Amino acid sequence: MLPPVLGVLFDGIAYGMLLFLLSVGLSVTLGLMNFVNLAHCAFAMLGGYVTVTLMNVLHWPFFVTLPAAFLAAALVSVAFERMLYRRLYRASDLDQVLLTIGIAFVSVAAAAWFFGTTQQPIDVPAYMRGSFNVFGLNIAAYRLFLVCVGVVVTIVLIGTLEYTRFGAQVRAAVDNQRMANGLGINVERTFAITFALGSGLAGLGGALAIEIVGLDPNFAFTYLVYVLIVVSVGGLGSIGGSFAAACLIGISDIAGKYYVPELGAFLIYLVMVVVLMWRPAGLFGKR
Amino acid sequence: MPVTAVSASPQQYLQLLSRWHPLEIAFWLATLLPFVLFPTYLSLGSQIAVAALFALSLDLILGYAGVVSLGHAAFFGIGAYSAGLFSKFVWGEPFSGLLVAAAIAALVGYASSFIVARFRHLTLIMITLGLGLLLHEAANSANWLTGGSDGLQGINIWPLLGLFKFDLYGTTAYAYALGVLFIVFLMARRLINSPFGLALRGIRENWVRMPAIGANSRGHIRKIYTISAGVAGVAGAVIAQTTSTVSLEALSFERSADVLVMLVLGGAGRLYGGLVGAAIFMIARDQFSGIAPQYWYFWIGILLVAVVMFLPNGILGGLSKIITRLRGR
Amino acid sequence: MSATALSTRGLSMSFGSLVVARDIELSLPVGARYALIGPNGAGKTTLINLMTGVLTPKTGKIFLGNDDITALEPQSRVRRGLARTFQINTLFAGLNPLEAVTLAVAERRSIAAKFWQKIATHKEVIEEAYEILVKLKLGDCCYQPTRELPYGRQRLLEIALALATKPKVLLLDEPAAGVPREESGDIFEVVASLSNELTLLFIEHDMHVVFRFATHIIVLVGGAIFTQGSPADIAADPGVREVYLGNRKHA
Repeated sequence: MLPPVLGVLFDGIAYGMLLFLLSVGLSVTLGLMNFVNLAHCAFAMLGGYVTVTLMNVLHWPFFVTLPAAFLAAALVSVAFERMLYRRLYRASDLDQVLLTIGIAFVSVAAAAWFFGTTQQPIDVPAYMRGSFNVFGLNIAAYRLFLVCVGVVVTIVLIGTLEYTRFGAQVRAAVDNQRMANGLGINVERTFAITFALGSGLAGLGGALAIEIVGLDPNFAFTYLVYVLIVVSVGGLGSIGGSFAAACLIGISDIAGKYYVPELGAFLIYLVMVVVLMWRPAGLFGKR
Repeated sequence: MPVTAVSASPQQYLQLLSRWHPLEIAFWLATLLPFVLFPTYLSLGSQIAVAALFALSLDLILGYAGVVSLGHAAFFGIGAYSAGLFSKFVWGEPFSGLLVAAAIAALVGYASSFIVARFRHLTLIMITLGLGLLLHEAANSANWLTGGSDGLQGINIWPLLGLFKFDLYGTTAYAYALGVLFIVFLMARRLINSPFGLALRGIRENWVRMPAIGANSRGHIRKIYTISAGVAGVAGAVIAQTTSTVSLEALSFERSADVLVMLVLGGAGRLYGGLVGAAIFMIARDQFSGIAPQYWYFWIGILLVAVVMFLPNGILGGLSKIITRLRGR
Repeated sequence: MSATALSTRGLSMSFGSLVVARDIELSLPVGARYALIGPNGAGKTTLINLMTGVLTPKTGKIFLGNDDITALEPQSRVRRGLARTFQINTLFAGLNPLEAVTLAVAERRSIAAKFWQKIATHKEVIEEAYEILVKLKLGDCCYQPTRELPYGRQRLLEIALALATKPKVLLLDEPAAGVPREESGDIFEVVASLSNELTLLFIEHDMHVVFRFATHIIVLVGGAIFTQGSPADIAADPGVREVYLGNRKHA
């Protein structure tokens, strides 16, 4: 019989995969352009609501809605980037924080208006709802699915980053924007594409999150805190860092709630503050 | 600032910059009007004064030294709980409670300033957010001390000067809150016009230049952060004393975010920005208190986007631009 | 009292595999007028950043007089008498020159932390600031916000801020860079009038300026000292000419 701690570990990693999907886009765009986008989880929320609508209204199958969630979030983010964000790349941290928080507030209100304030249920396919028994440990099918998605996405992202020309451009721009521009890399276009991809992944994360944590209009802020923690602990611009930090935070949160429930969210805030004091640029950050 | 005659000596020029402008005097006289014109709104008035004082404390670090904090409510809450607990366990005399709360908040501010002054940009934002959330959670867990989500029980505030009770009409509350606001404002004004105030503006204007002129920027930031924490603590103490309630809300992220919105709305770095922003925000919230919270935040969201895109220096900044343009410079 | 105002021993620094400073040894006597020249990317500004403490060297030591300042923070070095100007104006855009220089003087006099008295009561500080501004021909525009000043005036303010710290050694990073001909005269007049007790190291690209002011020239290439010597030696050096292939001006 496997000890329950492994079950906690597995759940923590699954939750971490979700956090990773939600966070990786923000980490890369922050590292790339230093643009603080606190509306990031609003895009995630959008992805969630797209899935809910497609499934409950149009009766699409769950898996087909996932790419739709990704695309919807990516497209909307492109629109925002063109209209608003682009003007603030050189603005102060405070201005970026205020603008994007404002957008997040508006999105929460819009979600409440269209969907109401209650949680949105969806019906995932039956085979996703069960669980396997592995040496006495209950492995939920959905959580296993999450872990698989997380690993696949990580491999694709790292592959793109290391082995494609686009990836090389992203890495160059994260490292030294001025020099990248000087080398003829169109940093702004690279950023726009990366931003769209990151927001799309957030949208995907939002859709996948429904089954685990539920979806309501407050999602944009509730998970923003977790995402910010993952991003700052992992280090800006680092995919590996986001992965490691997401797992760390996921496991800490689940373990904390399981073993010491009175602590509540205290543990992850403490982890964040301690890590940032030790390594201000995050565990794998560059600056 | 209007261009003064070049014939004024440098010292006279700097003296002129710190003189009281007639509009300032008009502003403070106007704060007395509610006693006469809106006697039923004095409770709201005292809440506005408290919010204004809190916004002033944030202005000291944000508007003047450029420190972005998403967790400033921590000091407001510490001040509130300190004043409440002081009245519960020691005695309920308001002025001494105020001083004790200020001292405790300033002390915590001093301790955390060592962390805060070391970081900038996103790391700083995250650390202030994290510390604020940590404190909120800790206060929630420590319900033997704080009363947890039920709020602090047993607060017992004595009448002001032994004569004036803090009652529901709010007359004493408004007079007290306004008085405290004015006195602290005078001190802040003096600070801004001092050499230290100039150093803070230097930090905000150009971080890189400061060490190159021999300045210890970190030391300056620690100092202003401590002072700002004390002022925020005073604001928290006043609300605790005038309403005889303290709840976890005083330490919440919402309060940190609200005060940031107030300051940005009015215009940071102008001393009066926080006061103006707080007044507008609180009055608007009172008028629209019927609508559900998420719709209130919808308008706040629109406001934030509008301010950032069109009015980056807040209302006072916008007004000052209009005045300059009208002067035909 | 040492006759050497500023010296470095074995100063090295690299960013990953990019070596920006290679075993730099130099020594400036008191009152020197040294010029630091070299092609773009040679590491001249990097060297100033190392000497002032903005960058930390991998190896090597820096001495101000007899004191080892290698471990000191930038502001401590300024307080000991090592000041610099920036190649790109690094000024307090929203302050006017009087406020900016007053701030610098106040920091030097250690009164910048005083928050209880108005600035206006510190008469001597303000007067000292004003004197510096007048000397640098900024007296008539000292009440205008810095961002509204013409570029040449801003460059002068750069120097004024550095002088306000009463330095023993002044590092000037291309003091006249970007300044139109008509205005650069003022800057050179100011440089020429600086006290003989003040040790000067300036980075410059314009060879006319270099040969006019420098008593000794250090040539930096690829992060290392290529050669150094008197202006006549450097002018005659064929290696230097090669390094400056394409440079139109030399004596």
